[in-house]
Amino acid sequence: MTTVATTHAAASAEPTRRDFLYIATSAAGAVGLAGAIWPFISQMGPDAATIAAGAPVDFDLSPVAEGQIVKLFWRGKLIFVRHRTKDEIKSAQDTDLTSLRDPQADADRVKAGKDQWLIVYGNCTHLGCVPLGNEGAFHGWQCPCHGSVFDTSGRIRQGPAPTNLPVPPYAFTSDTAIRIG
Amino acid sequence: MSGPSTYVPKSAFGKWFESRLPIVGLIHSSFVVFPNPRNLNYLWTFGGILAFMLVAQIVTGVVLAMHYTPHASMAFASVESIMRDVNYGWMIRYLHANGASMFFIAVYIHMFRGFYYGSYKAPREILWILGVIIFLLMMATAFMGYVLPWGQMSFWGATVITNLFSAIPVVGETIVTYLWGGYSVDNPTLNRFFSLHYLLPFMIAGVVVLHIWALHVPGSNNPAGIEKKTEKDTLPFHPYFTVKDAFALVCFLMVYVWFAFYIPNFLGHADNYIEANAAVTPAHIVPEWYFLPFYAILRAVPDKLLGVLAMFGSIAILVFLPWLDTSRVRSGRYRPVFQVFFWLFAINAVLLGWLGAKPPEGGYVLASRICTAYYFAYFIIVLPLLGLFETPKALPASIADSVLGKSGSANAMPQGAAHEPSNKA
Repeated sequence: MTTVATTHAAASAEPTRRDFLYIATSAAGAVGLAGAIWPFISQMGPDAATIAAGAPVDFDLSPVAEGQIVKLFWRGKLIFVRHRTKDEIKSAQDTDLTSLRDPQADADRVKAGKDQWLIVYGNCTHLGCVPLGNEGAFHGWQCPCHGSVFDTSGRIRQGPAPTNLPVPPYAFTSDTAIRIG
Repeated sequence: MSGPSTYVPKSAFGKWFESRLPIVGLIHSSFVVFPNPRNLNYLWTFGGILAFMLVAQIVTGVVLAMHYTPHASMAFASVESIMRDVNYGWMIRYLHANGASMFFIAVYIHMFRGFYYGSYKAPREILWILGVIIFLLMMATAFMGYVLPWGQMSFWGATVITNLFSAIPVVGETIVTYLWGGYSVDNPTLNRFFSLHYLLPFMIAGVVVLHIWALHVPGSNNPAGIEKKTEKDTLPFHPYFTVKDAFALVCFLMVYVWFAFYIPNFLGHADNYIEANAAVTPAHIVPEWYFLPFYAILRAVPDKLLGVLAMFGSIAILVFLPWLDTSRVRSGRYRPVFQVFFWLFAINAVLLGWLGAKPPEGGYVLASRICTAYYFAYFIIVLPLLGLFETPKALPASIADSVLGKSGSANAMPQGAAHEPSNKA
């Protein structure tokens, strides 16, 4: 005699109570498992302290002299604030966009009426090194790691970097102050 | 693990893989077709529950370690940041802390099953000893884990327990200095406890593999304490015991999450929410509840070194249990005199736990000494003598007989299963 419960005409075409129980239990178990797993995935995201520390930051532009480049951090990423000279603004605006690897007009990279202020992220878009200011053939930035050259609008001109230095979200809170983020 | 696997892979890939690494066959023979006595009761579900709890503690612990800072100046704050800032951090922390308590509840029930049904007796002596090793590793892990939040209880518990080793003559003080990594419990101690607390659960996992391997040689014990004789005595692990273990696990989890979500600090100590202060010892230092019986034994002996030896001895003596119990009858079910002494032992253990939380004064001291004396007397005097003088009850003829009633024939339906199972839609 087998110890296993005898099977009765098992594979009937009609679903049995057993089938229902198997499916219902599996469904409930799957929902429970998903519910149990979600917090362990969610905890990998930025926590409340990190989010709070990443709140928008105010920056006073008045001490930044013409021709000066200042560095600050927001959300752990480096940002250049460049007070451009007239020549730098002119060379940024008088550019043939078709010659650019990542075509973008200077006017699209600064705020209207405030084109002396260029604010860009400070990491080369190739592999992330910090480019050196006032260096390179276009007098913008040059990256010492692999030789990428950016112009006075932060656009890629020479070297391996694929895209322009990105512009962070910011707005003028007054003529001499900005809020980044 | 006894005998070659009967697993036959169905797919071409399955055959190819199995001929190179027969792990699917191993899982099949160990956890699908493995024959278990059909008379197991729910006390046998706690092994599976313990395996689940080990995985749960490792998963919650590894996740906590992503947010915890093991430095004396930042540990407490990092735990509070887990509680307040990390998404679901409060939940993962409470699951880990209450998980430790549930782990010990399960292990004590698992051990008491072994005590009552004689699961430690031949041929399962090594299985039992591996269990004692797992228990010791669990205690070390839990102790070090409790230090990590760097609260008052963390710090002072660490101080008291590490100071125990100074009782060792000649080398004691040096050992303590090397444990501390300094002249007192401080940052080096915390750092190394964090490293070892992360390491030990994986050692536990390794010993658990040996534990299950040693179990699978003779197979499980059962409430009747008699070995399986024929196929009639057993049922395949899947589906009978997989489903039973899953059901028991769900019930256990309900208790676990009740603690974790509704009374998460009930088993803890409020003083551990105060940052560690080396200048102030709390009025009542108590270890976590699962250490209380051993704490009571430690304090019952008035001599420092002998107290330490008694405490470690109370666990070491478990190793000798297979040889201390001289009875030829394995299961307590058929040993009426043993049952009296066993239940006294169980009540005594709970009493020792209660006494461990009491201040060591007045009547509590005498009570602790009596209870400690009975604890050791049970192993050293009662069990050896009982086997020689006790008259056990008659054992059943087989496991199947003990389950299927007096009709004797294993063809009979078990009581309560008289009608045909329904398979109408």
